[in-house]
Amino acid sequence: MSVSKSKLPAFFNSTALIALVILWLIPTLGLFVSSIRDKDALAASGWWTAFNASTQVTFARTQDPSEQVETDKGYVLAGQLTSNEGETYTNVIAFGSTSNTPQEAEAGSQITLKNGDRLQVNADGSYEYISDEPIKGSRGKRIFFAYAQPAEFTLENYDNVISNGGIGQAFLNTLAVTIPATVIPVLIAAFAAYAFSWMRFAGREWLFAAVIGLLVVPLQTSLVPLLRLYSDLGQMFGFESKGYVGVWMAHTGFGLPLAIYLMRNYMRSLPGDLIESARVDGASHFQVFVRIILPLSVPALASFTIFQFLWVWNDLLVAMVFLGQGEDQIVLTAQLRALLGTRGSNWEVLTSGAFISIILPLVVFFALQRFFVRGLVAGSVKG
Amino acid sequence: MTEQIYSALIAILVGVTAVVVYFWGSNWILDTLISRSSRDNKEVLREKIRPWLFAGPAIFFLTLYLVYPVFETLWLSFHNSDSSAFVGLANYEWLFADREFHQTLQNNLLWLIIVPTLSTVLGLAVAVLADRSKFGTIAKSIVFMPMAISFVGASVIWKFVYHYNGEGDTQIGILNAVIVAFGGEPQFWLSITTWNSVLLMLILVWIQTGFAMVILGAALRGVPEETLEAAIIDGASRRQLFFRITLPQIMPTVIVVWTTIAILVLKVFDIVLAMTNGQWETQVLANLMYDWMFRGAGDFGRGSAIAIIIMISVIPIMAWNIYRFRKDEAGR
Repeated sequence: MSVSKSKLPAFFNSTALIALVILWLIPTLGLFVSSIRDKDALAASGWWTAFNASTQVTFARTQDPSEQVETDKGYVLAGQLTSNEGETYTNVIAFGSTSNTPQEAEAGSQITLKNGDRLQVNADGSYEYISDEPIKGSRGKRIFFAYAQPAEFTLENYDNVISNGGIGQAFLNTLAVTIPATVIPVLIAAFAAYAFSWMRFAGREWLFAAVIGLLVVPLQTSLVPLLRLYSDLGQMFGFESKGYVGVWMAHTGFGLPLAIYLMRNYMRSLPGDLIESARVDGASHFQVFVRIILPLSVPALASFTIFQFLWVWNDLLVAMVFLGQGEDQIVLTAQLRALLGTRGSNWEVLTSGAFISIILPLVVFFALQRFFVRGLVAGSVKG
Repeated sequence: MTEQIYSALIAILVGVTAVVVYFWGSNWILDTLISRSSRDNKEVLREKIRPWLFAGPAIFFLTLYLVYPVFETLWLSFHNSDSSAFVGLANYEWLFADREFHQTLQNNLLWLIIVPTLSTVLGLAVAVLADRSKFGTIAKSIVFMPMAISFVGASVIWKFVYHYNGEGDTQIGILNAVIVAFGGEPQFWLSITTWNSVLLMLILVWIQTGFAMVILGAALRGVPEETLEAAIIDGASRRQLFFRITLPQIMPTVIVVWTTIAILVLKVFDIVLAMTNGQWETQVLANLMYDWMFRGAGDFGRGSAIAIIIMISVIPIMAWNIYRFRKDEAGR
């Protein structure tokens, strides 16, 4: 649509679009920035201030009195403010004479202490302690001051949530659920889609219409019967009713209608002559499918694979119903929800945990966006 | 840790191998049993059996996991909590007398109106704006991004946005921070009835706008250039162009998008569970059902009755989809 008459609408367009995009980005940005902040800073200030330098208050000692030099100003101790660890402070904002007044005077000015001595601290961290009498004592004089701490980021929250928050284990569990629960339905649906598009059998149309009907069946209606079935079977044959195999099969069942629908639409659009001529040459349907149709259907397979991967990875309901909630089976979404309950105000745990749970889908999504979009469009517009 | 990776890998391998072995094995057996030295009727027999080998597993899974449970759930909804006695319509009678259920229905209705409508309108807006913009591709990617994020992940993200610290404390949730910056009073948003539901809905709108944008964007590109050009020559303004020509042409797609999101809304569960667990009058059907399934020892009768209510509400859409498919097939 290249219909533009003046520049004004174009300007409004851009502004509206930018506003929407910023609105869309801010929540996720907040999560990410918070996850790499120090946990005390995170609880004390908004994440949008994370990039500003913060003001910290501390103290340091001057050189030992033995280093004093007599000049025409008096007895002087001069040097550079240095921490116990030997780091120098180079961005002093203010200083003072006592621990209660660390921001008494601006950097660069001179103050007079109670005992008549004079102290000057400059912004670059250099100081001058001047006394009319020889300076006594065995240790350096204390200087209280405030300095600007540049924004600091850390991966500590991630370390913490992976090892102590159960997120590391949950990540592995989620992989163990997701990969088979993606591959199995893709395979099963590909065979079924071929049958529905190119093989002749009684009730084909009728069965496919049923598949379309099943597209919208809410999985809520499946939960109670399957839960009962699993536990009955488990008791009968003596296995644990909650486990990986059960959840793979459940995801397979729930994912199949869309998978068959998408792939059947795609395979139907392939040239029928191709299949006919191969059949005339004596190839069985199995050979035609594996050698010709499957390689040609890669785009449709890819679309659905991404769908199912995202769906299973992000699922909470099926995982909560059909998997145990112990350490060995809990998935990321369930673990995250458990953390929301138990560590509801520990944002350093929640933000880093949430980010770990969304990073893989985001990478897959951005890398394969083209296929995903194609699948979405095919899945909803046609039919 | 390595041990767990190991067992996960084995689990993955076993699951996938089983399926591959089935398809290759069953077809090999078919080809061997009914030998290849084919007289015609053997070939015919083989190709009569093969479709069922291909579609069999799918039919098995669909029947066991989707078809049978619908009838079983209906049956269970006429039974008591542990399914030991037939109680007729008692569960439904209880449901329609229950105050929490009324509240839930009301909320679901609100979700059904607000989320699909807002997502569709915003998605259409972004699609139109991005089409005319230089950085449209990036903008679309960003709006689309939440589609990859789980509802639970999105709930954490937004719970942080809505976070409330006591009055006078520094607000670390951006919503309250903005309100304080403009001189307002910070609020514990999730406890303010009705508004809290709307705030939960916004999370789903944030996720689903990308979906609407992609589908409607594709439809917009399908609007023939000639009609647009003809209208421009006739002196139509941009507004007229959009509302009189483009919109009517993509209306079927708008309806598809709206209904797709509406179905999703009926099943919304994760967001409510993670954000409020139905507290402060934010309950929705899917969460209420989950709640009854596991509350105490679990009440399968009431849980099933709620599931049936959800099922009934999607039946019209289901019927419409099948009708459309039959019409399309007939037209081929």
